[in-house]
Order: sequence, then structure tokens, then C-alpha cells
Amino acid sequence: MSAPLLRVKELEKRFAVKGGLFSRDREWVHAVDGVTFDLAAGETLGLVGESGCGKSTTGRCILRLIEPSSGEVWFEGKDVTSLDGSELTALRRDMQIIFQDPYASLNPRMTVGAIIGEALTIHRLAKTPREYEERIVHLLETVGLNADHLRRYPHEFSGGQRQRIGIARALAVSPKLIVCDEPVSALDVSIQAQVINLLEDLQGRFGLTYIFIAHDLSVVEHISTRVAVMYLGRIVEIASARDLYTAPKHPYTEALLSAVPIPDPTVKRQRIRLQGEIPSPIRPPSGCRFHTRCPIRVLPLCSTETPPLEQKSTGHWAACHLRG
Amino acid sequence: MAGSTLASPTASVPIAAVRARPFSPGREAWRRFRRHRLALASVVILALMVLMVVLGPLVWRVPINDIDFTARLSPPSWRHPFGTDDLGQDLLARMLYGGRISLAVGLAAMVVAICVGVLIGAIAGISRGSVDAGLMWLTDLFLSLPPLPVLLLVIYLFRDQLKDVFGPEVGVFILIVVVIGGFRWMPVARLVRAQFFSLREKEFVEAARALGASTSRQVARHILPNALGPVIVAGTIDVAAAIIAESTLSFLGLGFPPDIPTWGRLLYDAKDYLDFAPHWALFPGAAIFLAVLTINFIGDGLRDALDPRKVL
Repeated sequence: MSAPLLRVKELEKRFAVKGGLFSRDREWVHAVDGVTFDLAAGETLGLVGESGCGKSTTGRCILRLIEPSSGEVWFEGKDVTSLDGSELTALRRDMQIIFQDPYASLNPRMTVGAIIGEALTIHRLAKTPREYEERIVHLLETVGLNADHLRRYPHEFSGGQRQRIGIARALAVSPKLIVCDEPVSALDVSIQAQVINLLEDLQGRFGLTYIFIAHDLSVVEHISTRVAVMYLGRIVEIASARDLYTAPKHPYTEALLSAVPIPDPTVKRQRIRLQGEIPSPIRPPSGCRFHTRCPIRVLPLCSTETPPLEQKSTGHWAACHLRG
Repeated sequence: MAGSTLASPTASVPIAAVRARPFSPGREAWRRFRRHRLALASVVILALMVLMVVLGPLVWRVPINDIDFTARLSPPSWRHPFGTDDLGQDLLARMLYGGRISLAVGLAAMVVAICVGVLIGAIAGISRGSVDAGLMWLTDLFLSLPPLPVLLLVIYLFRDQLKDVFGPEVGVFILIVVVIGGFRWMPVARLVRAQFFSLREKEFVEAARALGASTSRQVARHILPNALGPVIVAGTIDVAAAIIAESTLSFLGLGFPPDIPTWGRLLYDAKDYLDFAPHWALFPGAAIFLAVLTINFIGDGLRDALDPRKVL
């Protein structure tokens, strides 16, 4: 395998929260706590986990929309975390993001043309007004809209169409990597399929690399080549989509997969029910962060020592003491 | 799988056909504003008032300081439609003249308040930490000052210097506008800051950041246009408040010189004759009341028209 397009090493993001009224100690929310993975060009990495496990924060740290507290993000041999000024602006052309909420992600006071064209203006990608307009129309057509939509405002569109506008905006700079932050979670199931198909189609046409953040496991299985499962700011398992879905190696992944509905009422299966709530990321459990809710018997080691992310079989990494 | 996504038979519409589309948010806002009957009526009434004070003195050519002791405190008549004051001066002529100043003070003070408020609120809202804290401290300081004593002090200190430089009318106008505007920017600043705080975290602003937009671009193109709706409404309320503040100052005898008949001044002069010449106080009072009321209704209408969540 050639050098990866993206290499994330020990990425960490802490948010400060105030202590008590008279307390001088600061407490920290460990939103992302030592995330490490590689991503090859053309791959799609699915990032799944419960709400609040740090999926979106990881995506935004990679793009430097949130400043990571520590760790490294290498993109095409450059350390993203050390870039600033014009280098960072240049990086923006290579990495883009698609947002979850198609209603909040488009400025209600700008026309669709202006929204998509803003990237062209910022990076001076169009030399003449004519070229500017042609490129916007081309982008609109690429995502399945048409030139007629150029001068309309976002509120005139449906959720699915708005998401296409968001995709066109991300495509305007011809990026290599797109972080899709739950791009279909806010859409109807039928529209979800259309947007997923569009994303796959675009990946084929432009050789895009995706980080696909979602909590819908069946959507992730469909689109991803590899999947990473996050729990409380850490990756607990990362493997190719087929391996992970057929032979999960982490009890948390097993529990998640058992919750995916099967569209066949006659099929009965054992559900793994996790007890209790997800622990507070301010004071995460010692040792393995999952040990407080782990459905299988817990070794004494689990509550004292953090399990490292180990390769359990080829390309299949998991962080668990219990599973060899 | 691409077939289902890119199924758009009209994808090749020529660009030229698109230009004719008449929709714009301004037009839409106007359509929505027209649905607000009270606001629309207020616009008509206020426009009439402005027209009267601007063109009135050209039509009603009675001088404002023409003293006629034979017609002292006479009630409204054909010769003096609004009656006369204790020196027999025609009140209609005085009100038309004074209305220019009162309305101009109101609008100018609003502009001052909005400009200062938006500037301070925007700077505080976009920069975190000590700049924000310092500016909010300043805002709280201004909010905690009792306005009237400070107004009196400032006017007492600076009125004569400004008069010397700009002449009595312009000097006092500048002073009053600055003083009233300088005491009304704080709510605007807080409003703008709060708007900035919420808009800054919106995904479309984050998208602009992801595209590499500079901070000034994010503010100018994305945050400020979306923050201005409530500011416009606060502004219309400020116009009314400024007219009242000018009236208060004139009423206390601290506004314009006594021979300049602003609406507030007329009211002040009329207070001793309320028993036997009520018309003297009624007409300027009604003019202030009408201006304040219509501007507030226009503010209401604008707020509803600019709120896209409201179905109109």
C-alpha cells in the first residue's frame, strides 16, 4: 500500500468546563482522546458511535475547524496542525465538509449561485464572470440540480435538494478529501438513498476520499470500505466493512450491530442490551472505558489498564483485553 | 446507481433564461410587510408627516416668529388652524418647522445608536476573551449610568464650545444627537453580540470557514446580514425613544435655544397654559404620539416581515 492520503496520530481534543463557583480547578471534557488511523486515497472510512462519542469533533479537528489539543494530522505529507495563514487556506481546497443539517448549513440570505460561487471567489478559481457562472452551473448539474436553480434562495428547496447544494459547495474547490458529517441523518429514507448514491457516484467520478460520519450502521456498511467504531472519544475497533460487520471483535461493536433492525419480522435473534448510560466524558472510567457497560464478564485488568488498539487479524484492529 | 440521482430532464436550461427570475429577499420582505395592515397604514401616516414638515413651510408661509398680540392664545381657526401661543405666533407654522428638527434628531440619533451598537456588539461577538469582556464591561457601565443627570452634565459642559464652532442650531443638533445616540447603543450592542454568538456556531458559517473565508468575510457576508433583522426593529424603537428624549431635554429647557420650536419645546412652553389654551399642548403632543406610535408599528411590521419562520 502506498503512503496514505491522511494519517491521524493520537488526535486529542479537550474542552474546558468550569469547575464549581469557587473552585479554581478546571475540568476537561475529553471529546476526542487519542484517535489514530490511516486513510488511503479513494477509500471511505465510516465513523460510527453513539451521540457524544466524538465522531463529529474528530472530523472537524482533521479540517482544523476545531483546533485539536494535541496529536498530528498528516495530509499528503504535510502536518495539518502546524499550518497557518495562506498554507491553511490552500489546504481548504483539498479538504471539505458536508454537514448534517441541510437547513442550517446554507446561508438563508444568499442565492444558491452565491453560496456555491463563494469558494470560487475566495480561491480565485474563475477568471471571468462568464467562467464563474459556467462553473457554478456545471457544479449544479453535477449534483443533479440545474441552471434554473442558480438565482433561487435555499428556503425554496427541499431537504434533499439543499443537501445537494451543500455537496456542490464542497465540490467547488475540487477537494481530495470530504468529511461527510452525518450527511443523510436529517433526510427521509428515500432521499437518503438518492444522496448516498450521489456521493458514491461522485467518488467514482472524481476519485474522492470520504470520512463518513454516521450513526446508521446499515448506511455505513453500504458506503464504507473500512469502518471505525468510536466509544467515549476512542476508536475501539477499526476494520474493513465486511470484517467488522460479519466478525466484530469488540463487545461494543457486537452490541451496536445487534441493535440494527432486520427488515424481516420472522427472524428472531439475541439482542445485546447495554446497561446504563454512556459515562461522562469529564470523568471517563478507568482502564477500558467500556468496562462499566461491558455485557461479557470483566477481567480485573479491564478496570485498571487501558487496552491498546491491537491488530487481532489482518487489517482488523480492536481495543479489548477479553478478545484475542 | 447514478441514473436515479442525476435524473434531471431540465438540466440543460440556458443561462440566459435564468436572469429574469424576479425573486429577491427584499421583494419578499415587502410582500410580507404589506400584509401587516397597521404597519402599512403607519408608513403612509409617517410619510405624510415627513412630507408635511419638509414641504409644509413652503406652502404655509406664515413666519414662525410673527408676533401678534391681538391673537394671543386663540383656539384653532381658519386663520390659525392649530391656534396660537401666548405671543400670538402661529402654531401650525411652528410645528411644521419644529417637526423637521424633532424627526431629524430621532432619525440621526437612531443612526448613531445603531452604528455604535453594531460596531461594539460585532467586535465583542467575534472576538472571544478579554476584548469581549472589556467591551461588555463598558456596555454595562453605560447601562448603569443614570442617563438624565449625565445628559445634563454633558450638555452643560460642551454646549457652548459646539455652538462656537458650528453655530447655535447645528451645534446643539450635533450635541443632542450624539448624546442621545451615545446613551442608546447598549441594547443594540448586546443584541448584536448575542446574535453573533449564536450565528458564529451555525453550520453555514462553519462551511464558509471550511472554504477558507477570512474572518471579515464571514462577518460581512454571513453573520452580519443574518443578525440585522432584530437590529432594524430595535432601531425603529430607538427613533421613538430619541424623539421623546429630545422632548425631555427641550422640556427641561436644555435642548435647542428657546426660539427654536421643536415639538418638545412647544410642549414645554404650553405647560403653563394647559387650562385656557389646551390646543397649544395637544397638537405637538399628538404629533409626538403619532410619530412614536407609527414608528413602533413599522418596527413590528418589519420584525414580522423579516422573520422567515413567520408565515405571512
